[in-house]
Amino acid sequence: MHWSIFLEQVPDGDVAWWRMLASGLLWTLATAACAWVVAFSIGSVIGVMRTLRRPWLIRFGNAYVELFRNVPLIVQFFIWYFVVPGLVPAVQDAVSEMDPTLFQFITAVVCLGLFTAARIAEQVRAGINSLARGQRLAAYALGLRESQTYRHVLLPMAYRIIIPPLTSELMNLVKNTAVAYSIGLTELFFRTREMGEITFRYFEAFAAATVIYAAVAFSANRVMTWIERRTAVPGYLGAHR
Amino acid sequence: MQLTVVAALGGTVFGTLLALARLSPARPVQLAAGGYVNLMRSIPLLLVIFWFYFLVPVALQSLTGADRPPRIGAERSAYITFVMFEAAYFCEIMRAGIQSVSRGQQGAAFALGLTYTQAMANVILPQAFRNMLPVLLTQTIILFQDVSLVSLLNVTDFVGAAVKIAQRDSRIIELYTFVAVVYFALCYLLSELVKRLQRRIAVVR
Repeated sequence: MHWSIFLEQVPDGDVAWWRMLASGLLWTLATAACAWVVAFSIGSVIGVMRTLRRPWLIRFGNAYVELFRNVPLIVQFFIWYFVVPGLVPAVQDAVSEMDPTLFQFITAVVCLGLFTAARIAEQVRAGINSLARGQRLAAYALGLRESQTYRHVLLPMAYRIIIPPLTSELMNLVKNTAVAYSIGLTELFFRTREMGEITFRYFEAFAAATVIYAAVAFSANRVMTWIERRTAVPGYLGAHR
Repeated sequence: MQLTVVAALGGTVFGTLLALARLSPARPVQLAAGGYVNLMRSIPLLLVIFWFYFLVPVALQSLTGADRPPRIGAERSAYITFVMFEAAYFCEIMRAGIQSVSRGQQGAAFALGLTYTQAMANVILPQAFRNMLPVLLTQTIILFQDVSLVSLLNVTDFVGAAVKIAQRDSRIIELYTFVAVVYFALCYLLSELVKRLQRRIAVVR
């Protein structure tokens, strides 16, 4: 064990190793946060789509979910990073002028966002379908339009129901950012490996990363539990627990 | 592919043991199993893969007292990793499965004079497996996709082979698209089969 390694300087550069890991953590969090926004919005739209009474929308939503669920994440990363710029000239032009780090970041956000969106869509759909049919019918009977029904009746309840699975999706998303290492994004896992390779202190580096990931997962869990408690409907969904 | 099967079987065995440990009345056993499962589930698989890749040789060295870490090779370390990692996930599934068996079953088994081991092996676990089979298989499909991560350890799995060929022939676009299509076809087919199985084995209550 040689824990003071974190205070030692990086060979080419004047920062200590702990700062390298910290910058990696920032990239990880930034990627996860942006990807979560993408995933949450697209996932909600696709999820709602799959509960509407329009066959072609349902089919499109199903196709989206099956497509993104059945291809391994790392293959999706390769597709977005290598194949898409190669096939679409407009993207290629944009990429050639872009800072490579920015390109990696955007790729990671898009890839993780669309990947996680498929999972969120599945949960949004399950949440809406789990509501009693009377809720939708009551809203129609009150004269609400379909969009108003979703906005004021179905979605507020559905989101509350699916908070626990959303929590585990959020934690999965944070863990999945490590795969962005494969396209060279300098997130936490990338920095950890780099530190291991340069200093040969694999044990210390990996132990630090493990603690950091576990801490992030734990705090994400706490935050979601807090939201769950704050948004509980009185007399419903175990509110008085 | 082989890795998936080994990890799924090994994961099921260890996962069941872990689930039993988490449900055991002995507090320390419960805590140890719970800690292991929660730790494994909160760190990225990639990190676990590299942990085992670098750490298992060192651990074996200190166990056997050899003066040099034994060479395990990326492939064998991948087997160990996936069995250990999947055990944590299968544990949670089996725990839910065991808890889904009604309490009366256990009471009835004890009333018949079965010991704890007999009750578990002959009464509770068969029902838990049956209830959880679709979930276990779905997790196996996820595992099948996750195995592609070992390509980052330079193991020549399907993705690893594709990366090597792509770099050799500089046919990146064709190969990665091909890999994606193959995975999609396989996983889609498998999940449809699981859905059909789920309908067939559903217990009428």
